[in-house]
Amino acid sequence: MSATMTDYQRRQVTGRGIPVTGNDIDTDRIIPARFLKSVTFDTMGEHAFEDARKQNPEHPFNQKAYQGASVLVVGQNFGCGSSREHAPQALRRWGIRAIVGGSYGEIFFGNCVMLGIPCLRTSQEDLEWLQKAIERSPQTPVSVDVEKQEVRFGDRMIKATVPDGPRNQLVNGTWDSTAVLLEAGNAIEATASKLPYVKGF
Amino acid sequence: MARTLLDKVWEAHTVRTLPSGQTQLLIGLHLIHEVTTPQAFQMLKDAKLKVRMPERTFGTLDHIIPTADQTRPYADPEAEEMAQHMYRNMKDFGVPLFDMATGKQGIVHVIGPELGLSQPGMTIACGDSHTSTHGAVGAIAFGIGTSQVRDVLATQCLSMAKPKLRQVRVDGALAKGVYAKDVILAIINQLGVKGGVGFAYEYAGDVIDRMTMEERLTVCNMSIEGGARFGYVNPDAMTIDYLRGRPYAPSGAAFDRASAWWNSVATEPGASFDDVKRIDGAALEPVVTWGINPEMSVGVTKTIPSPEVQPEAERPTFREALAHMGFQAGQPIKGARIDVAFVGSCTNGRLSDLRVAAEVAKKGKVASHVRALIVPGSQQVAKAAEAEGLHEIFQAAGFQWRKAGCSMCLGMNDDKLKGREMSASSSNRNFIGRQGSPTGRTLLMSPAMVAAAAITGAITDVREILK
Repeated sequence: MSATMTDYQRRQVTGRGIPVTGNDIDTDRIIPARFLKSVTFDTMGEHAFEDARKQNPEHPFNQKAYQGASVLVVGQNFGCGSSREHAPQALRRWGIRAIVGGSYGEIFFGNCVMLGIPCLRTSQEDLEWLQKAIERSPQTPVSVDVEKQEVRFGDRMIKATVPDGPRNQLVNGTWDSTAVLLEAGNAIEATASKLPYVKGF
Repeated sequence: MARTLLDKVWEAHTVRTLPSGQTQLLIGLHLIHEVTTPQAFQMLKDAKLKVRMPERTFGTLDHIIPTADQTRPYADPEAEEMAQHMYRNMKDFGVPLFDMATGKQGIVHVIGPELGLSQPGMTIACGDSHTSTHGAVGAIAFGIGTSQVRDVLATQCLSMAKPKLRQVRVDGALAKGVYAKDVILAIINQLGVKGGVGFAYEYAGDVIDRMTMEERLTVCNMSIEGGARFGYVNPDAMTIDYLRGRPYAPSGAAFDRASAWWNSVATEPGASFDDVKRIDGAALEPVVTWGINPEMSVGVTKTIPSPEVQPEAERPTFREALAHMGFQAGQPIKGARIDVAFVGSCTNGRLSDLRVAAEVAKKGKVASHVRALIVPGSQQVAKAAEAEGLHEIFQAAGFQWRKAGCSMCLGMNDDKLKGREMSASSSNRNFIGRQGSPTGRTLLMSPAMVAAAAITGAITDVREILK
């Protein structure tokens, strides 16, 4: 593989924003289960929010103004429910590179880290402001700084946090964790061999 | 200092602290199924990696399989393709597969405990959010995504941060007609669907202590619906009795040594928690969800709440829920007409669930406008139920008796809602579109309440039928 560590670093993401309002938007909503019947993730992008988009022509993912956006701004508990990685895969394939919101379903958050998609947390007040600001001015870029934990829109900066562990992974380019975990080498088997249920009771 | 089960299990499985500050956590049991693994196996093949501990990895088929006609090839070509990939990957990587021919196939969260694979003190991972189920035996068990499945396959480890721990105490005694499902729905209603974000839940108190293992499995199953990635019950005599004689549990003198270790991982008296919440078990009545997430529920004798009494940020979701469900604020949930009744899933597809549903089914016949399915959680559950004649009770009452699988919980197989059908379901999620129709509607409740709704054609207080 020719990619360097720098290619994996996710210090900053800048792009146009797309607001999806509402709390508790679950991963079934992001990608309905019937589209999971595939042995690859290749087709997920075209089905992002498919049922919600069909039922609501005004859904942000349908709106012309937001095509090409890469910073998704959401409410509380976004991505709750099913562990399906197909949800962040669908969002990424649609073009999303960073998410700003109030809070996230924890499995969804972890899946996003594994794909190098930073999910930042901000206050209810700031996320409502940012959603409205993007609606008013969809062409204005949103600048997400993972390292400094801040989001800029126009001349305003809001605080947005990422917990230390994932932030270090994203900033240092170590979020694709297989290689990091393999570095432990025989310590893995050594830990296992001390467990009574592994060594035999 | 007194330590919790979470402290002890986490420490025993810590390989090292990673440069990011997270823990490299060893996974003692990796369960896999056909939907969230094919991409992970492909990634392993691309990277020329093997499965690190195939002896600690077990597979089954559950999400996509039909529950009526299981003749291969499956009628649905996509389902058939996923099954074929699962067979090929299990063979190529040397992982055992509990398929139909073994007699041990079933929903991954039903067969893990049933086979004695899931044991106290373990870390258990699976590419499925309801892996929290296995916490009932005193394990740390959580759902993961496909890239994390790849990590566990390749390294037997995950990069994880230890969550905070909240003890959820349910004290008192449950009234007749109130079940484990009502307890967990009430917990989620009171603490909220996002109340558990950042936490693991330790379930405790009189009600939990008295529960059977199958009831504890129901409670832990829905931890994730309350935002907690995992939940557990401390191992006790009930846990040890449950594990005795199970195929993958130790036997003879080894079982006694195992029991001593299992007891030793329980939370010690005086241990402290980051938070404690108390629920009055005696105050609970049968619970029914009315909305589009599992927090949106009421007691069966209550009315649907108004969005106007919710915090402002929650009102849009409440209004959306009422619009999707076709309900009005202030409307009683009792009497809501249903089209479909479903007993099954990793939440409520075990023998005790089928027994209680059968008790209710004996009291009547499925209403003429209702399509009613009973789907055992595993082949072994089906066999045990048939040995007791439960299938005959169901069939005589007009329920369909199906083969084991995830079925109508998630609309990935033939069992789906049609159009705006209203479903009384013993499953775990009432999300929009969850049961396979984008406009379908789901009311979550206990298996007894589902059976009561099936025979009356509408939401009914099962306590009136059981009188």
